[in-house]
Amino acid sequence: MYEVQTKMRKTVFHKIFNFYYDGFKTMTWGKKLWIIIFIKLFIMFAILKLFFFPNFLNSNFDSEKEKGDYVIEQLTKTE
Amino acid sequence: MENFDIGLVDWSRAQFALTAMYHWIFVPLTLGLAFIIAIMESIYVRTGDEQWKKTTKFWMKLFGINFAIGVATGIILEFEFGTNWSNYSWFVGDIFGAPLAVEGIMAFFLESTFVAVMFFGWDKVSKKTHLMSTWLVAFGANLSALWILVANAWMQNPVGMKFNPDTARNEMVNFWEVLLSPTAINKFLHTVTSGYVLAAIFVVGISAWFLLKKRNVVFAKKSMVVAATFGLLSTFFLVMTGDESARHMAKIQPMKFAAMEALYDGRTNAPLIAIGILEKPQDPNNPHPREFYYKIEIPNALSYMAFLSPRAFVPGINDLINGNKEQGIISIYEKIKSGKIAIKALKDYKEAQRNNDEALQAEKLQLFEAHYKYFGYGYYKDAKDFIPSVPLSFYAFHIMVILGSHFGILFIVILILLYRKTLEKKRWVLWISLWTIPLAYIASEAGWIVAEVGRQPWVVQDLMPALTAVSNIDKTSVQITFWLFAFTFTALLIAEIRIMLSQINKGPKDGGQ
Repeated sequence: MYEVQTKMRKTVFHKIFNFYYDGFKTMTWGKKLWIIIFIKLFIMFAILKLFFFPNFLNSNFDSEKEKGDYVIEQLTKTE
Repeated sequence: MENFDIGLVDWSRAQFALTAMYHWIFVPLTLGLAFIIAIMESIYVRTGDEQWKKTTKFWMKLFGINFAIGVATGIILEFEFGTNWSNYSWFVGDIFGAPLAVEGIMAFFLESTFVAVMFFGWDKVSKKTHLMSTWLVAFGANLSALWILVANAWMQNPVGMKFNPDTARNEMVNFWEVLLSPTAINKFLHTVTSGYVLAAIFVVGISAWFLLKKRNVVFAKKSMVVAATFGLLSTFFLVMTGDESARHMAKIQPMKFAAMEALYDGRTNAPLIAIGILEKPQDPNNPHPREFYYKIEIPNALSYMAFLSPRAFVPGINDLINGNKEQGIISIYEKIKSGKIAIKALKDYKEAQRNNDEALQAEKLQLFEAHYKYFGYGYYKDAKDFIPSVPLSFYAFHIMVILGSHFGILFIVILILLYRKTLEKKRWVLWISLWTIPLAYIASEAGWIVAEVGRQPWVVQDLMPALTAVSNIDKTSVQITFWLFAFTFTALLIAEIRIMLSQINKGPKDGGQ
C-alpha cells in the first residue's frame, strides 16, 4: 500500500514537473523575457534587498519590546 | 517638526512614489487584460471558431510579457516599508499583516498555479479546464489587488482597529470592518475598473494599428468588439464607483476633496469646475492659488456630487483650516492642540509605566484615548502643513476625469463604426485609438496622484503623518536607491515595450505560443 502511494506521488510529481518543463521548453517567444526576469529578480533580491534594504527595526533591535519602545520614543519625541 | 529631517521625508516620499508609479504601469493591464482574454476564450470554447483561439493566444502572449516583467515589482514597496518606513510598518503592522497574508495564501497560489495551465496547458488539458484556468487567473489577479487596496483604504480611513500604547501597534478588532469599509469597497471597485478600461484601450489601440496597417483585419475587428464592449461597460462602472468614492471622500477626507477642486472658501450651491487653469501664486508666503485664469463651471454640481443636494454646503480649505462653527467644522488649530495632548499623554503613560505608577498610567491612558483621534496633528504647528499640493491634486483629478470621458466616447464611436462596418475608412479614429494608449496610462497614474497626493501629509489619516513614519536612516542611501530604482525600472519598462512591440509586429499568425 505504502509503495503504491509513493509511486502515485512520484507520478503526480513527474507529471507536474514535465508539464512545466515542456511548457518552458516549447515557449518560442520567452527566451529574452526569461533572461530579463532573472536579471530583474537577481537585482531585486541579491543586490537591493541584501545591500540596500535591511529591515531597519530587525537590524537594530532584538526583541519585540525593544522595537515597540523605540517606535514610541520616535512618536513622542516632539514634546 | 524641527525634530524631523524634512529632506529625508521628501526623498523617502519621492522614492515610494516612483516605485509605486512604476509598479502601477504593469498592474492595471494585468487586471483588465486577464478578463478580456477570458471573454475571448469563452467565445472560442462556445463557438469552436479557431480564429478566436488565435485571437486569445495573441493577447495572452502580451498579457504574459506584461505579467512577467511586472511581477515582483511590488515587492520593492515591501522592502521600502521595512527599511524606509519602519515606524509606519510597526505602527500599522497587524492591520497590514492580515490582508497581505490572505493575499499570499489565496490569490498568489490561485494566480501562479493557473497562469501555468493558461500558458502551457492548451494541448494538455481539456478546453473547459483551460477556460476555467484563464478565468481563475483573472479572478486571482483581481483578488490580489483586493487585499493591497483594502490595506491602502485603511490608511485613508483607519477603521476596525485599536491602538495599543504598550506595543505602539494598531491591532485589528474587526476584520470585516476593515474589509468592508465603504472606503475599501469604493477603492477596490474604482481601481480595478480603471484597470479594465486601460486594458480595453490597450486592445482597441493595438487592434487599430493592425487596421491602419491593413493587417489581420478579422482578428483586429474581433478584438475591438470584445474590448470596446468590455471597455464601455467598465467605463459606466468606473463613473459610478468614482462618483461614490468622491461622495465618501467629501465626508472622510474633506481636505482632499477641497484640494482636487481648488475650493478655498466653502459655499452652498458649489459649482463643479469642468475645466480650469489655476492662477500662479501671488503671495510667496502663501503658495496656494486662489483664483483661476480660466474656468468652466457646472452650477451646483459639486454640492450635488458631495452630498446629493444642490444646496449642500461644501467646505473649502479655509473652512477646514480655520473652522466653521455654523457648519460644525472644528479648526485645524484645535486638532493640533488635541494631538499635542495625545502625544504628551502617551509619553507620560510610558514614563508612568517605567515608574510602576499605576494610577498615573490609568489617568494618562484615559487622556491619550480621549485625544487619540487627532494624534497625528500634534506634530505640527502651522496649519498650512495640512494643505496638500492644490495644483497637483486639481490637475490630476481633472486630467483623470477628462480622459475618462474621452475613453467612454471612444468606445461608443468604435462600436458604432464597427456596427456600420465603416471603421477602416475612418483612419483618424484609428489614429486616435492608437494614441489613446498612453493617455490611458496617464489617466490611471493621475488617479493615484489624486488619491495619494491629496491626502498628504498623512500616511495614516489623522494619526500618522509622513514625517513620523520614516526610519531614521541616512538621506544619502535613500537618494542612491531612488536613482537605482529609476534606472532599473526604466530599463524594465524599455525592455517590456521592446518585447511587446516585437510580438505585436509579428501579429497573431504564429498562434501565440
